[in-house]
Amino acid sequence: MRLTKALYAGAFALALLSTASAQSLTIATVNNGDMIRMQKLTSDFTKANPGIKLNWVTLEENVLRQKVTTDIATKAGQYDIITIGTYEVPIWAKKGWLVPLDNLGADYDVNDLLPAIRSGLSYNNKLYAAPFYGESSMVMYRTDLMKKAGLTMPKSPTWAFIAKAAAKMNDPKNGVYGICLRGKAGWGENMAFLTTLANSYGARWFNMKWKPLFDGPEWKNAINYYVNLMKADGPPGASANGFNANLTLFNAGKCGMWIDATVAAGFVTDPKKSKVADKVGFALAPNAGLGKNANWLWSWALGIPAASKHVAAAEKFIAWATSKHYTELVASKEGWARVPPGTRTSLYKNPAYLKAAPFAQMTLDSIDSADPSMNGTVKKKPYIGVQFAAIPEFEGLGDTVGQYFSGALAGKMTVDAALKQAQDYTTRVMTKAGYIK
Amino acid sequence: MARKATTSRRLVMTFVAYTFALILFFPILWMVITSFKSEADAIALPPKFLFFHWTLANYIDVQARNNYWRFAFNSVALSFGSTVLGLIVGIPAAYAFAFAPTKNTKQILLWMLSTKMMPAVGVLVPIYLLLLQFHLLDTFTGLILILFLSNLPIMIWMLYTYFKEIPHEILEASRMDGASRWKEIVYVLSPMAVPGIASTVLLNIILSWNETFWSLNVTNIHAAPLTAFIASYSSPEGLFWAKLSAASTLAVAPIVLLGWFSQRQLVRGLTFGAVK
Repeated sequence: MRLTKALYAGAFALALLSTASAQSLTIATVNNGDMIRMQKLTSDFTKANPGIKLNWVTLEENVLRQKVTTDIATKAGQYDIITIGTYEVPIWAKKGWLVPLDNLGADYDVNDLLPAIRSGLSYNNKLYAAPFYGESSMVMYRTDLMKKAGLTMPKSPTWAFIAKAAAKMNDPKNGVYGICLRGKAGWGENMAFLTTLANSYGARWFNMKWKPLFDGPEWKNAINYYVNLMKADGPPGASANGFNANLTLFNAGKCGMWIDATVAAGFVTDPKKSKVADKVGFALAPNAGLGKNANWLWSWALGIPAASKHVAAAEKFIAWATSKHYTELVASKEGWARVPPGTRTSLYKNPAYLKAAPFAQMTLDSIDSADPSMNGTVKKKPYIGVQFAAIPEFEGLGDTVGQYFSGALAGKMTVDAALKQAQDYTTRVMTKAGYIK
Repeated sequence: MARKATTSRRLVMTFVAYTFALILFFPILWMVITSFKSEADAIALPPKFLFFHWTLANYIDVQARNNYWRFAFNSVALSFGSTVLGLIVGIPAAYAFAFAPTKNTKQILLWMLSTKMMPAVGVLVPIYLLLLQFHLLDTFTGLILILFLSNLPIMIWMLYTYFKEIPHEILEASRMDGASRWKEIVYVLSPMAVPGIASTVLLNIILSWNETFWSLNVTNIHAAPLTAFIASYSSPEGLFWAKLSAASTLAVAPIVLLGWFSQRQLVRGLTFGAVK
């Protein structure tokens, strides 16, 4: 009897000791090169913080978004750190689902964060997620084909120039297509590109009374331009092409131009992965002469759910993963070209980085020129976000409207029919959700 | 003459069967080949079939990033656990439906099957909340319960089909000899239905092994099976096809081998009673 009591007491003491000495942080993250690199380098953090153990849940971004949304909405508290983007942060911060990041440490230098990225991850001027990397979109083009076509890419091209260059570079007999663009349906796929294209044509998703605007001339001009351009000079089956498919085509030398995420610059200039690594030039995303370039703004960032029981330890980790020290750690282990881009001003003043990443300045210019605020479009809009509207309904809206536009590209319906369906569907959803009175 | 025609017909049929088999098997073959390529070769256009630099680097990377054996152990525990639980409930239920039918038996059987027609995502939030309330998120118990309940209708239907083929007289004879209901099921019915039970077990293991929706949504660290392991290599922004193929090959290998060795039982189980 005495022995049993002693055993119970010992077990209880051990349990208490282990609780006091080690905290487990569960981190949900997306599967991309930068995040995987971070996982490999975490010994630097755990050595300095032996009381913190890290558990990783790595998933494809759509699966991760579904899981994290379920977790945070039900306050399950399964994760201590979540990887979220500029779409989720303002919505979730407003609902009180995220912890404001007020205690990242004295040496964190929050003012060094790029203003556009910081603004996209803040709500009521408080930072709710720290940027791990940031991106915009830009034109990547084949310098050799451009030269052969007798053209010179301006730093800030117009859509008219892009159409002209695509027509001249298009050579399907030799397996080269003038331009590769996203066609695969999804709010983060074709709609990311098409919304920015439409923005540059003066379009918006909604007017100030939340009425959808797909029945206006701006959307019609933008989608007609896109469908005509891709039908004339795009690759076959483009309505199924997302980022990866276009990256594969571009790296194989099959695209004259590609307009997509700035993060792709590192892939297309990597000689191990790209056949055309030494023949790639960069330019700002195009415009239609209305003063707005068609570039988006996105950042994968680390936030803490309000239901987390290890907020202090989670803040410590986030401060480490998004610090200047981490950038230097990556540079020392894998070189400056591999550091996560698009988060800190100081990185773009670092000569070693500028030398290692020839696309650095164009990435910075693209990020700087993106404006997610309500004044970011030609006419004022009622929502935050460049390639999305930061409202909970947008994910479903973007996916469905993306299917209509992908259908128009595939020739399953006319552009007019796609726009009408988009208008009707969006009006129905916004009315049901109470935006339209 | 007739014999010659039969031989040529057989040759044609064999050729057609092999062609279909190759078409069906090709994606798996391509996945295995891709798992031995570098990432650059994996996306090369035109695709490289056999003449490339073969490498084991993807398998080494995959094992370095995740502990494959932990995920594999979880898959085994979950699929076998849910199958055992399914047998414990399924055999008595199928027995009752087969040997003591009522006027509502058919309707109940159809109703059970109809639960499979509901999309899983429709009940995600209520089930997630239930698991949360009972502290069963990311636990073996929670996921085994879900897998057991979602496969139970199929198990009962398969066992019911088998039990129906067993003559009632044999069970009556055992009853005459004084066997209780329990002894009747364990010592008379079950040994006679071993082929049927075996194919039900095999199918249930395969279904549980391949189940993705719940495995991804209600597990994180402790109970995550191989389906979650594969999902961690998928990415819409970045090319990791060779690593994804290596992870997929490792994940499907055990169940493909199991299916290969037990294909006769499986085919018999799935086609039993189909042609009379």
